[in-house]
Amino acid sequence: MALEQSDVEKIAQLARLDVDANEAQEVTKRISSILELIDQMQDVDTKNIAPLAHPFDAIQRLRPDEVTETDQREYLQSIAPATQDGLYLVPKVIE
Amino acid sequence: MSDRTVAELSRSLAQGEISSVELTRDYLDRIAQHNSLYNAYITVTEDLALAQAAQADAARAKGDAGPLTGIPIAHKDIFCMKDVLTTCGSKMLANFVAPYDATVVAKLNAAGAVTLGKTNMDEFAMGSSNENSFFGAARNPWDTDRVPGGSSGGSATAVAADLCAIATGTDTGGSIRQPAAFCGLTGFKPSYGRISRWGMIAYASSLDQAGPISKSAEDAALMMNVMAGPDHRDSTSVDMPAPDFTANLNDSLQGLRIGVVRQHLAEGLDANVESALQDAIKVFESLGASIKEIDLPNSHLSVSAYYVIAPAEASANLSRYDGVRFGYRCENPANLEDMYKRSRSEGFGNEVKRRILVGTYALSAGYYDAYYIKAQQIRRLIKQDYIDAFKEVDVIIGPTTPNTAFKIGEKNDDPVTMYLEDIYTVSINLAGLPAISIPAGSSKSADGKSLPIGIQLVGSDFAEAKVLNIAHQFQQHTDWHQQRPEG
Repeated sequence: MALEQSDVEKIAQLARLDVDANEAQEVTKRISSILELIDQMQDVDTKNIAPLAHPFDAIQRLRPDEVTETDQREYLQSIAPATQDGLYLVPKVIE
Repeated sequence: MSDRTVAELSRSLAQGEISSVELTRDYLDRIAQHNSLYNAYITVTEDLALAQAAQADAARAKGDAGPLTGIPIAHKDIFCMKDVLTTCGSKMLANFVAPYDATVVAKLNAAGAVTLGKTNMDEFAMGSSNENSFFGAARNPWDTDRVPGGSSGGSATAVAADLCAIATGTDTGGSIRQPAAFCGLTGFKPSYGRISRWGMIAYASSLDQAGPISKSAEDAALMMNVMAGPDHRDSTSVDMPAPDFTANLNDSLQGLRIGVVRQHLAEGLDANVESALQDAIKVFESLGASIKEIDLPNSHLSVSAYYVIAPAEASANLSRYDGVRFGYRCENPANLEDMYKRSRSEGFGNEVKRRILVGTYALSAGYYDAYYIKAQQIRRLIKQDYIDAFKEVDVIIGPTTPNTAFKIGEKNDDPVTMYLEDIYTVSINLAGLPAISIPAGSSKSADGKSLPIGIQLVGSDFAEAKVLNIAHQFQQHTDWHQQRPEG
């Protein structure tokens, strides 16, 4: 199905992406052509076919609820853009 | 010596003809000389490689060496390597020094392999040409005006140009097999879950699978013996011990039943690819195999279903790149929302953004059933087609790609044209099956360059050893895999 530019803007907001005003038309066109390819599926009757989420229909394995990893907070935070007192810093959320 | 297979190098190391340090220096010299042309490596880990090579030589002197001890390899830059830049081909991770080793990396380290560096790739493994890399396209050693394929394009380029002996890759919709086909190499995608995905940066979690890109099926088997096996850190890794993948390489193909997919021959396949496929079929018949035409009636839907499922999973996986804990953060964000949006918009390339948008759409309220559930239902039909086919045949043969390597820039105008590159490979990921691409011919381009052609062998669930056996037997009776690019 063909999308409107406003649809793409809405999806972009959901995905937290900016679509540049200059590119919006181009992006809309390309996404629409991808959806056209995808829409071949709609011609197939899939009534009563169970969706396949995993190639072997596997279900999640559980492990014993035991501590296995050691604390590496400082090491893992050493690659963060900004931290302070062991916390990740982001722009102010509450005025 | 850099043009030899892993098996040959392993023998030379064992016989003391060369040391791992010498061999590693040889590859490092070649990388220094040629990488600016091929752009195969994003990062070269020279100091690490020489240290690992010295360790490997010391281990060998003590009598403690396996088949991969001292063998110089390269990792696709999708595998986390502790204290090494791990970019996934993206600006988003251009500053990401991984804090841990992927299981695949740890296993190859423990086996004594020498890591030369991290190879170029399409950003977040999304692409079929390596042109979507933030670090620029890799170039096909057979014709440097052409793409090496993707997304594991740098790994294929590195092996084909003798800039490493063997490399890791990942395959979500064909990303090991297609570049192997384009570069005249052997590319193996095991069954889903056979190799741990831990530390392998996620694209589409129900499809992603690691595997080797090599100069022979025997080398792929040697590499599989190290890479495969269950991992408690990846709950989707299959909980069964990996067999010795080299054990069946020399089995006879007498009585083997090979299926040819009727639908593949009906579609407009390139004449050279089709004739390579027919020639390969004759080789297998001469080795005692029988050929049977089979149907995969829903195979034409695989690209559509794939381009819902993969983007949907990608949109969820890539939501973690928010500029908070690691990776790219935009300059001077006005507020939190602005930081998320600009970090993501500036950090991701166009194809990644397109797939996130398509995936977000397919998962959004009102469209989830029509797209995501529908695609999963089609996925079951595709899987069932394979289950039915494997009641009649042991293995399925077909083309890996619709054509040979295309020119850089030729197809990157329209995403859909590029997606159709994956037409013969994606259904195998949807079904979770093992498949190998092996060199089986070549064609001359208009400008007189020899371009390799790959064919694909697909096995049933967990029949990796069988697939490797068939590929190895083909390579014992043909020399396509021994042909090397000029220059």
